[in-house]
Amino acid sequence: MAEDWTLEIKPKRRLLDIDLKGIWRYRDLWYMYVKRDFVTVYKQTILGPLWFFIQPIFTTVMYMFVFGGLAGISTDGAPKPLFYLSGIMLWNYFSECFNGASNTFTANAGVFGKIYFPRLIVPLATMTSLLIKLLIQLFLFIAVYLYYLRAGVNLSLNITVLLFPVLVLMLAFHALSWGLIVSSLTSKYRDLKYLVGFGLHLFMYATPIIYPLSVASGKIRAILELNPLTPIFEAVKYSCLGCGSFSWVGLAYSAAVMLVSLFISLIVFNQAERDFLDTV
Amino acid sequence: MSDRIAIQFDHVGKLYRLGLVGTGTLSHDLNRWWQTKILRHEDPYLKVGETNDRAHKGKSDYVWALKDITFDVKEGEVVGIIGKNGAGKSTFLKLLSRVTSPTTGTIRARGKIASLLEVGTGFHREMTGRENIFMNGSILGMTRSEINARLDEIIEFAGIERYIDTPVKRYSSGMTVRLGFSVASFLEPDILVVDEVLAVGDAEFRKKALGKMREVSQCQGRTVLFVSHNMKAVKNLCSRGVVLDNGMITFDGDIDDAVSRYIQFANESNSKPIIKNIRWTKSFLHIDRIEFNGVESDFSVVRSGQRVLPVVIEGSVDVDLNTGLVIIFKNTYDTPLASLEEGEYKGEPLCLKKGAFRVEKKILLPEYIGRGKVSVDILFKLSSEFHMEARQCVTLGVEGGADIFGKPLIMNQRGFLGLETED
Repeated sequence: MAEDWTLEIKPKRRLLDIDLKGIWRYRDLWYMYVKRDFVTVYKQTILGPLWFFIQPIFTTVMYMFVFGGLAGISTDGAPKPLFYLSGIMLWNYFSECFNGASNTFTANAGVFGKIYFPRLIVPLATMTSLLIKLLIQLFLFIAVYLYYLRAGVNLSLNITVLLFPVLVLMLAFHALSWGLIVSSLTSKYRDLKYLVGFGLHLFMYATPIIYPLSVASGKIRAILELNPLTPIFEAVKYSCLGCGSFSWVGLAYSAAVMLVSLFISLIVFNQAERDFLDTV
Repeated sequence: MSDRIAIQFDHVGKLYRLGLVGTGTLSHDLNRWWQTKILRHEDPYLKVGETNDRAHKGKSDYVWALKDITFDVKEGEVVGIIGKNGAGKSTFLKLLSRVTSPTTGTIRARGKIASLLEVGTGFHREMTGRENIFMNGSILGMTRSEINARLDEIIEFAGIERYIDTPVKRYSSGMTVRLGFSVASFLEPDILVVDEVLAVGDAEFRKKALGKMREVSQCQGRTVLFVSHNMKAVKNLCSRGVVLDNGMITFDGDIDDAVSRYIQFANESNSKPIIKNIRWTKSFLHIDRIEFNGVESDFSVVRSGQRVLPVVIEGSVDVDLNTGLVIIFKNTYDTPLASLEEGEYKGEPLCLKKGAFRVEKKILLPEYIGRGKVSVDILFKLSSEFHMEARQCVTLGVEGGADIFGKPLIMNQRGFLGLETED
């Protein structure tokens, strides 16, 4: 018998075995998942896609009132709406990506239990649809930005703004890899789910979103700089708001953390993908 | 059918842990990790797995849902997998669908596998029927252009044109299932794995679905693995049958044999010894054992072509007894079909001497008897005096003369006996 099997199902697989070919073959499914996210999110609502804007606007106003007004936290001279809006949009993108990825197994147990397709499609699709949402929200940001430019505020827009897509992708992959790790671990032990719920909330305060890094000093600043997301948020603010800081070292550190965690996450995910169904 | 093997199961096994996942699991995980990765021992939990028997509580927390499954499926073969609940059928399908991976062994396959463990996987309530066709189709591995090309056929087959642009949440459950099945039926894989999905929809649609399955398996020459409890459908579609029991293959061969084997199993599992069915005996008569059709249990199968039906009765009498062995065959409506009563019409009573006795008779069966269920009364009776009464103490499954005449006679339609003409 010639050994020309097209498929072998074995108990043990290699540690890192990403089915890139499979993902490409299932690209239409990727597209369908993205489409589904958009088609279904605001079904049976009157305001429909306007909700993309309402949520960040209200949050921004709230932050301006609480952090900017009551707490009096500085924004380093940047206009408060722009400062908070940029932070909120990017943070929402990160946290929604992370949540999406970390629910990969638990939320899709039904489908995963019936049909095989490369499981990575699901978090990748979530990442994509959130990215589109971010792009839509970017229009809101640009509109407010233009308003301030017309009013003659010096926002010191500079060349580093071209790095914006890269920074967003870094954010996405941070979220993806941490989310995948959590997803793989929670498929068996649910404990992490509870930790992650409030952990993410705390983590937001450990990232310079509602405050600029410059307000921190000494030990606290050192701790904040350990956060791999810090350089990303700082660089975004530096590129178009005239506050924040830009550091190649920081970004390199962030990228290194991202690559390592991505590597780990793919191993763990690969492992969990095989037998999550028996444990979920 | 070619001689190429489409699917090969090579000593495949699947171990499951029972009970809840909790703190205990962590200690087992750590122990396993310590034993296999650090000490390089064998996985300690692989050894303790017990065979899968749903009804009896075992000692071990680990159970082999499938154990040592080895068999080949040739290209173009249509195989029915049958077995009672918990026999391992679903695990079998899950392994083949790559939804979960085996604990031991290897499965090899040639060609594209599509598995239908469910219809309408990935349907989203808020999306319209049309959108869901694309969603479900792409989950099943079709590309958008493939779906586009068949969209009209899919909608037509489902028979829900009017609702196609309405969200699925407004559909009746039957309509949802129709839509799901019709997407799946336009898949074109080399190997199709189907679970119980035909048990859906109304009678009209079931017929349509079955027809589609037949078209796929017989006309298009695909390899099909079909799991079902619907014996009629299995017999209709498949040429080969595999019976699973407690995670092991207990029979592999012709589908008709497999089905009757399975039915026998199903009945055996709740059968009991015939002597338990004795209603009463005279106080001086004791029955220890009755063997009917070669078995002591109250269900057995009369095979196609079987001409002799042995009966053995053992017991003892406290006095000398003249009685007669009476055996009456009745159909499911309790109408007598045939009887053995040699004491009466042949004048050959049974003379039991005081002490132990053993009565052994061989009943001659006509060649062409109907297929169906027969219940049997066994009595000790002479004239009008009864000595032992065991009404409906045995159920016989009669296969009928399918092997000899090509087609069985159905008892409930044509009676117990098929007549023949002089040559």
